[in-house]
Amino acid sequence: MKLSVIWKTFLFILLCFVSVAGIAFPIVENPVHWYQFPIIPGLEENAKIIFFHVPTAWLTVIAFFMSTYFSFKYLKKKNLDDDAKSYTAAQLGMIFCILATVTGAVWAKFAWGSYWSWDPRQTSIFALLLIYGAWFALRSSIESEEKRATLSAVYSILAFVTVPFFIFVMPRIMTGLHPGSADDPNSGPVVDFKMNANMQLIFFLSLIAFTILYFWMWRVGYRSMIIRDKISKQSSRG
Amino acid sequence: MNSKAFALFNKDLNSELRTRYAVNSLAMFIIVAISVILFSIGNERIPQSLTGGLFWVVIFFSAMSGLARAFVSEEERGTSLTLQLIAAPSTIFTGKLLFNLILVFLMNIIIALLYSALFDEFVIRSFYLFLLTFVLSNIGLAVSSTIIAAIIAKAGSKGTLYPVLSFPILLPLILTSVELTSNCMVGTTIVDSQVELGVLISYDVIMLTVSYMLFDFIWKD
Repeated sequence: MKLSVIWKTFLFILLCFVSVAGIAFPIVENPVHWYQFPIIPGLEENAKIIFFHVPTAWLTVIAFFMSTYFSFKYLKKKNLDDDAKSYTAAQLGMIFCILATVTGAVWAKFAWGSYWSWDPRQTSIFALLLIYGAWFALRSSIESEEKRATLSAVYSILAFVTVPFFIFVMPRIMTGLHPGSADDPNSGPVVDFKMNANMQLIFFLSLIAFTILYFWMWRVGYRSMIIRDKISKQSSRG
Repeated sequence: MNSKAFALFNKDLNSELRTRYAVNSLAMFIIVAISVILFSIGNERIPQSLTGGLFWVVIFFSAMSGLARAFVSEEERGTSLTLQLIAAPSTIFTGKLLFNLILVFLMNIIIALLYSALFDEFVIRSFYLFLLTFVLSNIGLAVSSTIIAAIIAKAGSKGTLYPVLSFPILLPLILTSVELTSNCMVGTTIVDSQVELGVLISYDVIMLTVSYMLFDFIWKD
């Protein structure tokens, strides 16, 4: 009880600090103070999105991995709790996927001049959205619990093996606008080297804070789902 | 094992030849899809790169209409339990895959011939690259659509769900094929587009392996 209060307070403070620091800290040409960020050529003020957009995109991928992992586990052990875990992870993944898409599109309006331009990264996040959408459509079409769990687990693994094509292969063979693309002269291929120490610190703090938030939401989600299933089974038995 | 798979393929082929359900609907669908495109173009000249993309649009939607029935027919006739008794899942999958492969190749050859006859802009400059692309993506298309058809059949044969489920799985294949087809029309050599061909080959291999591994779980319930 005590411990959970402590880490929830810690998470709250961390998220507050990251939000304030990410939005308010100025970007200057020659950083002198600890709270000043350097200019990244080609990104300038737009660079601040990195503190919020990258964690959501990162969590989309993490949630997708976890959903697949628990699908895999379900197929091995046939334990319906694993299906609940996989389902909750995918739900959160969908939310973060939408967030990443929307923040990315808004950013693209200012950086590239249009909301959507079929950059490889945009194509891949669109494909992820489609996969999540298809997965939920498949789940909602099946009544039987075991059958739904098995078939959606199979589909999730099937979708998972196509993801490397989107994330790693597509951006390499298509030319892209996204920072970090193979042919980006200014801020690619790895953005991190252009950031100074405090920018990196806040970036990784933000990544950690969002990840903790995700795992917390995921735990609450799958536990409540398992309890709900148990109650509905008890009440149906009478 | 192989003789059983071949027997299953023979059974599908015979029942197909008797009713001609899949072939008829496929042929009609190809004609409908191509004529819709022709009507919407009218007398305008469209850019060459667009015809390559439209070619794959026709292929995708024809595949979606014709390949969904591989396992649905077994569920409808109630023969899937018998099949479960007489053969291992991988054998069943091999048989169905063979049938779908034949169907995909037949369908796509017809589409390619019709398409190059009807569209003046659709000119293939490097023929061998196109042949390679064609064969590789047909294999990928057949494998992915067979495994999705198996999922659909067990999910209560929901026809509308089939394109929804297939599209994200087929998207890497389609994107790469569109890229390669436009390469063919420009006249790129095979060596210059080996990255894309590598992507296609790895897609086929990965999908084939994963499908064989996962089919057991779909088939046994």
